[in-house]
Amino acid sequence: MDIKHVKDYIYWLYYQYLLITCSYVLEPWEQSMFHTITVTVFAMVVYTAYVFIPIHVRLAFEFFSQIFGGQPESTV
Amino acid sequence: QKNGVSNGTLYKKTFIEHFEQAPMYVAVLTFLGFGVGTVFGYLRDFMRAWGLEKRNVAAEREEQKDFVPLYQDFENFYTRNLYMRIRDNWNRPICSVPGPQFDLMERVTDDYNWTFRFTGRTIKNVINMGSYNYLGFAETDVNALKTVTIELQKYGTGICSTRQEMGTLDKHVELEKLVAKFLGVEDAMVFGMGFATNSMNIPALVGKGCLILSDELNHTSLVLGARLSGATIRIFKHNNMQSLETLLRDAIVYGQPRSRRAWRKIIILVEGIYSMEGSIVRLPELVTLKKKYKAYLYLDEAHSIGAVGATGRGVVEYFGMSPDDIDVLMGTFTKSFGAAGGYIAGKKDLVDFLRTHSHSAVYATSMCPPVAEQIIRAMKCLMGLDGTTQGLQRVRQLGKNTRYFRRRLHEMGFIIYGNDDSPVVPLLLYMPGKIGAFARRMLEKNIGVVVVGFPATPITESRARFCVSAAHTREMLDTVLNALDELGDFLHLKYSRYSKSSHPELYEETRLE
Repeated sequence: MDIKHVKDYIYWLYYQYLLITCSYVLEPWEQSMFHTITVTVFAMVVYTAYVFIPIHVRLAFEFFSQIFGGQPESTV
Repeated sequence: QKNGVSNGTLYKKTFIEHFEQAPMYVAVLTFLGFGVGTVFGYLRDFMRAWGLEKRNVAAEREEQKDFVPLYQDFENFYTRNLYMRIRDNWNRPICSVPGPQFDLMERVTDDYNWTFRFTGRTIKNVINMGSYNYLGFAETDVNALKTVTIELQKYGTGICSTRQEMGTLDKHVELEKLVAKFLGVEDAMVFGMGFATNSMNIPALVGKGCLILSDELNHTSLVLGARLSGATIRIFKHNNMQSLETLLRDAIVYGQPRSRRAWRKIIILVEGIYSMEGSIVRLPELVTLKKKYKAYLYLDEAHSIGAVGATGRGVVEYFGMSPDDIDVLMGTFTKSFGAAGGYIAGKKDLVDFLRTHSHSAVYATSMCPPVAEQIIRAMKCLMGLDGTTQGLQRVRQLGKNTRYFRRRLHEMGFIIYGNDDSPVVPLLLYMPGKIGAFARRMLEKNIGVVVVGFPATPITESRARFCVSAAHTREMLDTVLNALDELGDFLHLKYSRYSKSSHPELYEETRLE
C-alpha cells in the first residue's frame, strides 16, 4: 500500500502543477509543448545553479573572511 | 477582516462580514495561470490566422473581406481562448424543475467545447447548489400548485397586451395589493420581468440634471437603467458608507459640474444582498445618511426578499427598520417565490406616477396569470394567510441551513465572502485552472454548482457560488459539505488562515467550569 500512497501523492503534486499553471485547460498537444518548455527551463536553472553557485559561495566566503580576519593574507 | 458594530446604537444585532484576503502567492499564481493562458491564446490565434488550424469563430464571407470589419477579433480574445476551453461548465441544460435536486442532460464534446452533442442520457438527482430557490417554492407538488392550475385553466397563459392597454387583469390588482400588504407599504406595481423592472423604471424616475450614486458592485440591470436615464452617475466603494458620505457632501457643496446649480435629485442605488459577494447592505447607516443629506434611496431586494428577515420580508425587516424610510422598494419574484417578474413598491404617489410614466407599463407585456397566481400563493404561504405555518417554517429552515452551511465551510478552512446571514455563499477559487476542475469534479459527484470567472468578478477572485435553499435537507447539505471537504484537499482550496481547525484555542465557545 505504501507504493500506492507514494504514487497518489506524486499524482496529486502533478495535478497541483497542472492547476496552478493553468495547463489543466490546455489541449493535450499544448500540454506536451508546455511541459517540454517548463522542464527545459527548469533543467537549465538547475544546471546553472550546480555550475555557478558553489564557486560564488566560495569567493564570497573568501572575501568576507579577508575583511574580518587579518589583512596580511598572502596572495599567490 | 471582520467588521464589528461600527455605530453601536444603529445595529440591533451584530453585523459580521468576511472578506478575507488570500496569501500573496495565490494572487501571483493566478496571474501566472492567466499569463500561460494568454500566451497559448496568442499561439492559437496565430495558428488560426495563418491557416494552420480550422477557424471555428464567426468570420465574414470572402466577398466582404475588403469592407469595414464586422467582427473585432481581439475583443473576443478572452472568450475564444480561455472561456471556450472550460465552456462545458456553463449553460448546462436541465430537464426537470430546479428544486433541491434536478436532472441534467448529459452532453459531450468532441472538439474541445466548440460544439456539444447530447448523448440522450440524463444525469438524475443532481443536488442543486446553484438555483436561486431560497424558499423552495420551485416545486411540482400537485397540492401546492392547485390554485395555479385552476388559474391556468381559467385565464390561459397569454396576455397579449401591455398594462396600459388591455393587460391589467384582476389578478394583477390582487397581486399588487398583496405585495403592498406583505411589505407594509401603501402601494405596489408588478412587472413581467425582473431585469426590465430596474432598467425600465430608473429612467422614469431620474433624468438629466439628477445625480445617481450607485454601489460599485451593482447588478447590470441597475447599471443599465442608470445609464439609460441620462443622469450623472457616481460610484461609491462597495458598502462603504464613508465613501458614500464623501460623495454626498461633494454633490451638495459643488452641485452640477459646470453650472454649479443644485442637483434636481440625488438618488442612491443599492441592493439588499449582492449576489456575487453575499454581502448585505448597511441599511441603518444608509438611511441616516439619506435623511441627513436629503437624498432618495432605491433598494433592489432581488435576492433578499423572502430570504432574510424574521418573517422573510427582506433587509428592511432584518435590520428592524420601517419601510417608510426607503423611498423606492424594488424586488423580483424570480428568486424566493419561484415565479418570474419584479415589483416596485412605495408611496401611492410614486406607484401612480410609475403606472403612467414607466416604459415597462407602456410597452412591455404584463405578467401572465398563472405566474401571478404562483406569487400570490407563495406570498400567502409566507404571510400565513393560507392557514398553515409553512411559510414561517421555510424562512426559519433557510436561516438554519445558511448558518450551518457557512459555519461548516468556515471551519473547514475555505475562504467565504459575505455576511453570516446571507444565503448566497461565494467560495473563492482564485486560479483559472481550478474553475474548470472544481465544476467538473463536483458534477462527477452529482452536485451542480455555478462557478464564476473573470468578467463577472475581479480577475484574481474567481469563485464558486452556492445558493442555500430551504428545501435542502440536512443530509443533502452534509453530502455537499463532505464532497467540498474532499475536493478542497484535492484541489488545495483551503486558503483561510483563520479556520477553527488551525487555531482551536482562539475559538473556545462555552466554558463550563
